Amino acid sequence: MLGKLSLDAIPYHEPIIMVVAAFMAIGAFALIAALTYYRKWGWLWSEWFTSVDHKKLGIMYFLVALVMLVRGFADAIMMRTQLAMAAGGSMGYLPPEHYDQIFTAHGVIMIFFVAMPMVIGLMNLVVPLQIGARDVAYPFLNNLSFWLFAAGAVLVNISLVVGEFATTGWLAYAPLSGIEYSPGVGVDYWIWALQISGVGTTLTGINFFVTILKMRTPGMTLFRMPIFTWTSLCANVLIIASFPILTATIALLTLDRYLGMHFFTNDFGGNMMMYVNLIWAWGHPEVYILILPAFGVFSEVIATFSRKRLFGYTTMVWATVAITLLSFIVWLHHFFTMGAGANVNAFFGIMTMIIAIPTGVKVFNWLFTMFRGRLEFTSPVLWTLGFIITFTLGGMTGVMLAVPGANFVLHNSLFVIAHFHNVIIGGVLFGMMAGMTYWFPKAFGFTLDETWGKRAFWCWLIGFYLAFMPLYVLSFFGAVRRMQSYANPEWQPWMILAWVGAVVIMLGIVCTVIQLWVSIRDRRLNADVTGDPWNGRTLEWSIASPPPHYNFAHAPEVGGIDSFWTHKQRGAEAVGEAPYQDIHMPRNTVAGPVISLFAVVLGFALVWHIWWLAIVAAVGGLISFLARVFNDDIDYWVPAEEVARSERVHQRRRVARDEWQTNGSALGGFAPADLRG
Amino acid sequence: MSKLRRFLGTLALWSLSLLLAGCSSALLDPKGEIGVEQRSLILTSFGLMLIVVIPVIVMTLVFAWRYRHRGRSAYRPDWAHNNWIEAVVWVVPCLIIAVLAALTWHTSHTLDPHKPLASSEDTLEIQAISMDWKWLFIYPQQGIATVNEVAFPVDVPVRFRVSSDSVMNAFFIPQLGSQIYAMAGMDNDVHLVANHPGRYEGRSTNYSGAGFSGMTFEALATSEQAFEDWVETVRGAEQRLDYPNGYAELAAPSQYHPVEYFSSVTPHLYEQLLLSFHDGAEHADSHADSHDVESATATRTDTADHRVGHHHADQQYALRRRPTRTEAGG
Repeated sequence: MLGKLSLDAIPYHEPIIMVVAAFMAIGAFALIAALTYYRKWGWLWSEWFTSVDHKKLGIMYFLVALVMLVRGFADAIMMRTQLAMAAGGSMGYLPPEHYDQIFTAHGVIMIFFVAMPMVIGLMNLVVPLQIGARDVAYPFLNNLSFWLFAAGAVLVNISLVVGEFATTGWLAYAPLSGIEYSPGVGVDYWIWALQISGVGTTLTGINFFVTILKMRTPGMTLFRMPIFTWTSLCANVLIIASFPILTATIALLTLDRYLGMHFFTNDFGGNMMMYVNLIWAWGHPEVYILILPAFGVFSEVIATFSRKRLFGYTTMVWATVAITLLSFIVWLHHFFTMGAGANVNAFFGIMTMIIAIPTGVKVFNWLFTMFRGRLEFTSPVLWTLGFIITFTLGGMTGVMLAVPGANFVLHNSLFVIAHFHNVIIGGVLFGMMAGMTYWFPKAFGFTLDETWGKRAFWCWLIGFYLAFMPLYVLSFFGAVRRMQSYANPEWQPWMILAWVGAVVIMLGIVCTVIQLWVSIRDRRLNADVTGDPWNGRTLEWSIASPPPHYNFAHAPEVGGIDSFWTHKQRGAEAVGEAPYQDIHMPRNTVAGPVISLFAVVLGFALVWHIWWLAIVAAVGGLISFLARVFNDDIDYWVPAEEVARSERVHQRRRVARDEWQTNGSALGGFAPADLRG
Repeated sequence: MSKLRRFLGTLALWSLSLLLAGCSSALLDPKGEIGVEQRSLILTSFGLMLIVVIPVIVMTLVFAWRYRHRGRSAYRPDWAHNNWIEAVVWVVPCLIIAVLAALTWHTSHTLDPHKPLASSEDTLEIQAISMDWKWLFIYPQQGIATVNEVAFPVDVPVRFRVSSDSVMNAFFIPQLGSQIYAMAGMDNDVHLVANHPGRYEGRSTNYSGAGFSGMTFEALATSEQAFEDWVETVRGAEQRLDYPNGYAELAAPSQYHPVEYFSSVTPHLYEQLLLSFHDGAEHADSHADSHDVESATATRTDTADHRVGHHHADQQYALRRRPTRTEAGG
């Protein structure tokens, strides 16, 4: 009846897990109680969960990502604590079975459920606004993508208290992940969490690819698109091309595990090398899916706060395209030590290095954007400067790893760990923090607190160097990744230093939480009344903050790069003037959350081999999907009067602000209190 | 300015770290010619890239400060293109990568793990099999086997043939150089040499499950005489390693396995193990089954249906051709 599921699946004997589970339960209970008490369930359901508004979906993606960041970081600090203790014969406080789950969960969570939703969330929020669109091409699909992603995140969290998570490392290399060596349900949780959220990611890729190609406002040719939109376009091309490889690879592994097939087993013609090749054929493009949009954020931030056009826009675009193409022919550098011949290794090594050229060009372009600019040291700029230096170092160690001869001694060591945290924290995370700070006022109508933002930055920067430079050193001593303990006591001081770094990073996360709290508290003081708090350059700053749900009253005309900036320079009329027309908009949908709820049940049932429940969930999901397909009531018209009303409010505020700026203090500072929303 | 100081501080920490590492680290204190070449390769590529990295860091700090908001330097808000700058920022990285690429092509061949080392001495073959979670070393020429300890004479090139009894691992002695993956049914190899006597730490670097952390071994690089003595010591051990029966016991999962010596070993154990993954028999359940093996051309795609010649394991046994070397990436 319940398949492999029984009460034994709950790890009562693991005090750490039980305490964490208790906290999660208390938190969830408090949240549910608060929502019930303030009667917010209906609001949450109709305004958020069923919303097809790309801005709200973007916010939800980011919110889930921040929650999962805390979960992934908890794993990180547990690992660092373990390694700070487990030297010279000591086994630390985490036995291997538990430690192995933690590093697997850390990798899976940070990549799939933190970095990806941050990137996709930011794309959701920003891309349609930057191209002057009212929503994405497929609004329902966008809602479904989010909920499928959320379903995957839910499955990963269920694995914490019901059963176990994989102990295979985040990419679940075969044959270790095969049924013979991992008979438990951990790998199955990994499989279904990734498959379900992966479908969501693939749909997002298609959605944004079509959106960017088909829904740009009149006049916005490809080479007039803001650079963040360009990098998003390339990231979505990568998603479309690479995620099917992941889906197929995991499907083959699933056949091995569930139906006794032999794609990746040791015997019967299975080939584990094929698994490693396939997973990296997805895995390498994946890291560019994460970093390209971050590059886009830095480009927007550095141009805006230098008050200057981005240096070498065309070069920047071609560099991005070059990286996109090259990212598909470098995957083998993840396993030079597999034993391929010298020619094969040399080819992939050189291809990898070639990626450093367009990347290096981008770095120089950011530098020359600052050159002869007027750089303001806001927190997004600090993240950007921190990124340029940190990422350059990370790129350097990446090229060192790309030399096969050097890779033969650096592979699988802590050098690799230090390298990819160097580029993922220094690149993706810094980029997402910069992007969050930069576009937060657009999403919510008030800016984030700068003091706490800068504190967060310094903690992250210093914490990063303290935590990961020791790992580079340790790699030269011969320390490898995924060790639960080590014999050599000389490594311990470096491990303790790395632990201190992790604590400093934790302070950075705390600063961000405080920053959010303080900013929400002072939201009236920090209100963004004009919709253009940074004197921005691109279309999203031409409309109110937060934007009306239809985004643009009229499709804006675009005559060049940075069209809003030139528009302002000419002193031209504000966009969005009367007369207005009715606007065609998509309706909210219950299908997304419902289908995804069935997906969670389906995933859970498949993990535990509860076949009847799997069939029920699959049929339920299919019926919900068909119900949506045959539903014709999916759109509505926003009347012109409503558009006029909300546009008038925005214009009144902007005019008041302009008058105040002309007559009052031109030196900047806060707008008078009566202007605040 | 405090930001500047902090940046410099982190930079100093970075370079200091590398300097400190130079004093006692395995990779910067190699004991064999492969490791020596790899150290110089790491340092060369590091130095080459500093040609770009250092200017970038300096320019970041200088530009950010010089063109700060309240500074008095020139402000040209629409300046966004300059052919000379664009040319330089493309050409300089291209040149550096061109040099690195040439270096990469060359060293990928000179440091190819499969390439035999030039030496006046005959190559010693040692077969290393990763098990859950220990290393089995077989000396086919000497007819002995050991667990978690391997010895070889100084200045004698060693060909380690590396395979796995279970999941993927990687065979690595950091102070001697290159590691190589150990994969079941795959006959991988790495050529190494020690030029200085000593006891070197070796380990699996590729995560292989619960006992991974303890999957270490000791590599003894000794004089020719001391190696002969060591072989005699092993030959004096009481245990023998028989395939498949005794072998199956050894292969059972164990953690932090002690060093073991086997005075003799079933001939062609390594080859039989390789083929046991190819022959379509129920390998997973037990090695203790008597294995039918193919004598000639074992490939990964052979199945029971396509087998041509059957020879029992204890019959006269000769591989006319060793199984195909692992070729990754198609």
